[in-house]
Amino acid sequence: MTNAADSHASRPEVIRLAGVTKKFGAAPPALDDITASIRGGEITGLVGPDGAGKTTLIRLMTGLMLPDAGTIEVLGFDTRTDAASIHAAIGYMPQRFGLYEDLSIQENLDLYADLRGLPKSERPAVYDELLTFTDLKRFTTRLAGNLSGGMKQKLGLACALLKKPRLLLLDEPGVGVDPISRRDLWKMVEALTSEGIGVLWSTAYLDEAEACDRVLLLNQGKLLFAGIPSELTERVAGRVFKLAGTTGRRRATLARVLDQDNVVDGVIQGEAIRIVMQDRSDPAALLTALGSSDGQIAPTSPRFEDAFVDMLGGGPGGRSKLAEATRARPADSGRPVIEARGLTKRFGDFTAAADITFDVQRGEIFGLLGPNGAGKSTTFKMLCGLLKPTLGEGRVAGFDLRRDGAEARNRLGYMAQKFSLYGDLSVAQNLAFFAGVYGLAGTQKRDRTSLMSEIFDLGPHASSNAKDLPLGLKQRLALACAVMHEPDALFLDEPTSGVDPITRREFWTHINGLVEKGITVLVTTHFMDEAEYCDRISLIDRGRSIALGTPDALKARVASPENPDPTMEDAFIALVQGANQRAAA
Amino acid sequence: MTASTHSTDREARRGSARRLATLVRKESLQVVRDPSSILIAFVLPIVLLFLFGYGVSLDTAKTRVGLVIEAQTPLTQDLAASFQASRYFEVSIDRDRRAFEEALVLGRVRGLIVVPATFAADFAAQKSPTVQVIVDGSDPNTASFVQNYTQGVVTNWAALRGAEVAARAPAITVEQRFWFNPELKSRNFLVPGSIAIVMTLVGTLLTSLVVAREWERGTMEAIMATPVTATELLAGKILPYFLLGLTSMTLCVALAVLLFGVPFRGSLLALYVLSASFLVPALGQGLLISAATKNQFLASQAALISAFLPAFLLSGFLFEISSMPTVIQWITMIVPARYLIPSLQTVFLAGDIWPMFLRDIAIMLLIGAVLFFLAARSTKKRIA
Repeated sequence: MTNAADSHASRPEVIRLAGVTKKFGAAPPALDDITASIRGGEITGLVGPDGAGKTTLIRLMTGLMLPDAGTIEVLGFDTRTDAASIHAAIGYMPQRFGLYEDLSIQENLDLYADLRGLPKSERPAVYDELLTFTDLKRFTTRLAGNLSGGMKQKLGLACALLKKPRLLLLDEPGVGVDPISRRDLWKMVEALTSEGIGVLWSTAYLDEAEACDRVLLLNQGKLLFAGIPSELTERVAGRVFKLAGTTGRRRATLARVLDQDNVVDGVIQGEAIRIVMQDRSDPAALLTALGSSDGQIAPTSPRFEDAFVDMLGGGPGGRSKLAEATRARPADSGRPVIEARGLTKRFGDFTAAADITFDVQRGEIFGLLGPNGAGKSTTFKMLCGLLKPTLGEGRVAGFDLRRDGAEARNRLGYMAQKFSLYGDLSVAQNLAFFAGVYGLAGTQKRDRTSLMSEIFDLGPHASSNAKDLPLGLKQRLALACAVMHEPDALFLDEPTSGVDPITRREFWTHINGLVEKGITVLVTTHFMDEAEYCDRISLIDRGRSIALGTPDALKARVASPENPDPTMEDAFIALVQGANQRAAA
Repeated sequence: MTASTHSTDREARRGSARRLATLVRKESLQVVRDPSSILIAFVLPIVLLFLFGYGVSLDTAKTRVGLVIEAQTPLTQDLAASFQASRYFEVSIDRDRRAFEEALVLGRVRGLIVVPATFAADFAAQKSPTVQVIVDGSDPNTASFVQNYTQGVVTNWAALRGAEVAARAPAITVEQRFWFNPELKSRNFLVPGSIAIVMTLVGTLLTSLVVAREWERGTMEAIMATPVTATELLAGKILPYFLLGLTSMTLCVALAVLLFGVPFRGSLLALYVLSASFLVPALGQGLLISAATKNQFLASQAALISAFLPAFLLSGFLFEISSMPTVIQWITMIVPARYLIPSLQTVFLAGDIWPMFLRDIAIMLLIGAVLFFLAARSTKKRIA
């Protein structure tokens, strides 16, 4: 601890932020009085949910944007007066990599080498090193547009590294990249720090934050914390517990746990519940309060997210007004609500999904987990009736998607990753529109829309345009629109990726409540946290389901003496790599 | 000390030249590989040219008219024969104008030419004889053709007659001659005009699209964080599309002359100097639009409304500027195409008239300079 702090202090400062404030229009400041410093030779995580101000701060550091107040010094140069000197010395990878899709890998490298003034004589050696480093040597003639997300990411990094920068700014390099490529990228960046390069890695994933040497934690434009991640987790030390032995009732139990006064936060983690309690609270007393006889509660190591939620004043309660207003679906014959039988989709000679088979029972949360481009969305779209399968069949609530697609669609609610709302319509108009789309009319329509705006507390925002809402409210509105017609099944496409932890908990409280009432949920995600909420998961890679089971079972499959308690991400990587090895053999 | 400053200066200049060269090379590769650039720079111009070459014609080949001869005399029969012989009219003859009323309403004839009963008497009395023309005003273009060609036929006829009676009384003859486009083929002035439209497409629409695309795809942001300067960025966009615009224009001229047989009486020098001068405001406008919108959809809308439509409607290409309302005439003053089209038509149909060209070139460069100033001011190396 002291050791780390000492070496940190001895490292040269590469960025100094003093009272940095940036405003856009009349909205609350995107960045509010940020003072911090970033040092060379280490990875500094710029951590925060979407909309926290991460990208704005990085743009300010590049000098491509100027602060309204305060000063930024990068490598000793002021961004206001000496942006050119900064541009000559930094490597910057914006969110969309900054690659020219019509140019090949080699042409992109040549372009950036010329722009950065890399001497011709040094090029062969540098190219060779970077292409080996990024494992792109075999593809130099391929157009950047035809690369996978992970490969684009690596090429973007290579372009930023051409003329060895003293500072590397990476804006969300982990987005849109599968966990395996993400780990590769991390290793590459770690290797750079040993050469003294300072790295700023921005991310919305809190598990990435834990791996950084130091973090700057942003939320709503404010700097909540700056320092070593373990210093932050320290604040919840001894207050984090795992509650086990609630198999089959964990969602109901969680709802009651969250309503206890001395509980700060609680989330589902596989079969167990992860709990953060207030200081000096007795976990045993919690069991008594819950009236649980067979529950076991044990301390567990705190995580970054536990501390973040604690810092934000704790998560929301366990009550879901939405679930309370939803009529319970009777436990019926036991026919699955969602059925996929050998679903296969080919586009030309490319197989996007091959022989996907699973059932989802009433009141179950089922997850499709996999990297981008693995075939999750294809499977998802076939089950929504948006895409006709080449082979196989799908049913929702007993309706065959081929024959009764419209009937089936009327039984499901769909919520897309980017909340498919009409940005230019007001909140009330969005609600009215979706009610109309689902065939509600007259009193029924009025009742449902007013119920929705009451449950989600949308009333005060009824006349604001959807695109101007903060992310959390957008999320609520999207969910309100998706459940307007009381669907039997909910289809969620990466519903909470990038969303702040409080909003995410609020969302899952609703979903958990609905599931308890007998609603069936299908989730696609590449976001490991979302996977933990699922009852069962199908792991999809390269169009095939490579593993199916409960989150705990999948994790148990990859447990080893070195890693007895693997995370969902460990499990994912091990299972995908295992499947690839089998395919290669 | 001085020596070292000198060498860093030289190095900086060399670095700048190299960066510009690499940006131009990148842009050219993108043009070649991007189907939409090829479409706008080469396919669209060809389509437009064919449309104006074959599809749109302001000429009327044979217009159907009704000829009303109220009194049959040798003289009026002779006049009728003149009408029948005209290559512009297909004539049906009757004694009563009421016979054609329905045909005119139904559009079966485009006009009535009435030779009044008094015609022969007036002619004999050497009073100027009158012929009445009734036209379908719903199609003003055709209507004015009927009117003009009737006048032409009557004048010619009178001239011939006049020659016969010249000994008796010297008649004033009106001789009509069309200069430069003696056959009055509209294709001959539409095709040169459409070249201005084509260059607007490449200079403004395509340029604004490709810059906006860089903003959308995030490449602009990545490039701005390198040592490249704003001037190099702008120049790196302008040079390739300037050349592309001239290439596209060359293709159009070749098509116009070789395929459509449009005469080319001026010099290539004049053609290229005029086109190059026009590309200055066109590119300036494209850059300004993309700097302001940073979005391909908005950029294309803005380019169509602020460049393409004015080049079409307010440039004198299809509609005579002198017949527009005064306010609109003022607006046409800032439409660069308005200065290119007459000069270009002159190069094709008349030849080099440098005093006219120089004036137009000066105005186009002036508008271009203003647009470039505005574009450069809004394209600092800043995102917001």
